[in-house]
Amino acid sequence: MTSLFTKVSPEPTTDAGVRRITVSINGNQHTVDVEPRLLLAHLIRQGLDLTGTHTGCDTTHCGACTVLFDGTPVKSCTMFAVQAEGHEITTVEGLATASELHPIQESFKDEHGLQCGFCTPGMMLTAKALLDENPDPTEDEVRWALSGNLCRCTGYQNIVKSVLAAAARLRSQGATDEEEGETS
Amino acid sequence: MQPAKFDYYRPDTLSEAVELLTSVDGARPIAGGHSLLPAMKLRVASPAALVDLGRIPDLTGISRDGDSLMIGALATHAAVAASDLAKADCPVLADTASQIGDPQVRNRGTIGGSLAHADPAADYPTLMRAIGATIHVTGAGGSERAIPADDFFVDLFTTALEVGELVTAVEVPVMAAGQSGVYLKHRHPASSYAVVGIAAIVTVDGGSCTAAAIGVGGVTGKPERADAAEAALIGQEPSDELVATAAAAVAESLANPIGDIYASGEFRVHLASVLTKRALSEAFGAGSA
Repeated sequence: MTSLFTKVSPEPTTDAGVRRITVSINGNQHTVDVEPRLLLAHLIRQGLDLTGTHTGCDTTHCGACTVLFDGTPVKSCTMFAVQAEGHEITTVEGLATASELHPIQESFKDEHGLQCGFCTPGMMLTAKALLDENPDPTEDEVRWALSGNLCRCTGYQNIVKSVLAAAARLRSQGATDEEEGETS
Repeated sequence: MQPAKFDYYRPDTLSEAVELLTSVDGARPIAGGHSLLPAMKLRVASPAALVDLGRIPDLTGISRDGDSLMIGALATHAAVAASDLAKADCPVLADTASQIGDPQVRNRGTIGGSLAHADPAADYPTLMRAIGATIHVTGAGGSERAIPADDFFVDLFTTALEVGELVTAVEVPVMAAGQSGVYLKHRHPASSYAVVGIAAIVTVDGGSCTAAAIGVGGVTGKPERADAAEAALIGQEPSDELVATAAAAVAESLANPIGDIYASGEFRVHLASVLTKRALSEAFGAGSA
């Protein structure tokens, strides 16, 4: 199989069919030479080895390939990598730090928010965008926000519970941070 | 699924984009790409070149201009759905935008792209026909045209756009006193496209219906107006009976319905009647409240 991307060489590309782009993924700048037809999902998975972003249906339906594009959820199977040039992408690998899980990941673990786990990265990123904008969503708002992410295990009850638990966890962390800020 | 090869251009200005679209053989514009890119993956579309409109400034705004809202062609469905101006001055516009696809799709898809693509199952075209929108386009040499929605949609995936012409803005009339609008659809459970979509815009003055426009999408190749149903409403006092009479007349405007594996043409005509009844009831209810 021919590759549609190459890790960049120091010399500027001379191939007319290739375009050099720089994309920020999880805060790291990646400069790569890509064919314009390379999908963002494929750049992330095969080009940069960030395999937490899954490709499910490949038809814009399932949401398994959801990443955050400048903070908003998009389906990376339905974007060309060249369209992401100069933008900030967050994948599931960008949620946790080296030492601890993100509160959304903790909540999915505690509330059994995953069964097979295939839809989970997309679910968590969509949840992150929701909670960044609305820290105290109702159950309806959570369901509406997740309506572009399908779970073939049909584990929606626990996914919704996980997001609500994550919201509570993030709010209480925020409150603790504030108190600490006041006393210090 | 991998699209066929294409050359990629990313102009910084509208005039450069138009120039590229007229000079490069087989070039097609791409904005959010949520219609074109899936078609390219299926190789239903294999344009020789793409002109990416994503970096052209000043085409995303939503503003009030007299009795209309001007929606920039690159405004995403999410932006229109969240627009305070749209929610206040033309709630049915914001509501229609909020029903398109799913949240991720709404974050990328644009109003200009949806109208230019003219998918018979899309939501915006149906509303634009009913509400009497005007589509502003720019073509070669900066020539501008304002095309009424009635003339814009020609057939299945076919519009009045000439080669090189780009949609720049959509002019949507604001709701007047006594006027209310409703958009409803039977949503395809997988794709969220409209199996059938109905836009009903009615005006009630002095207890009777003085104006009515009903757009029907998803049944034929392009959004239709249900003229006979509209005529049945004019001059009448809104009632359940009147709504039922009008809804029964919708089929008269839907010759040669298109069916597929999900819904036959006959079933789509039936859905159009049922949804018209619901949309009119809701619109008249809102008008009298």
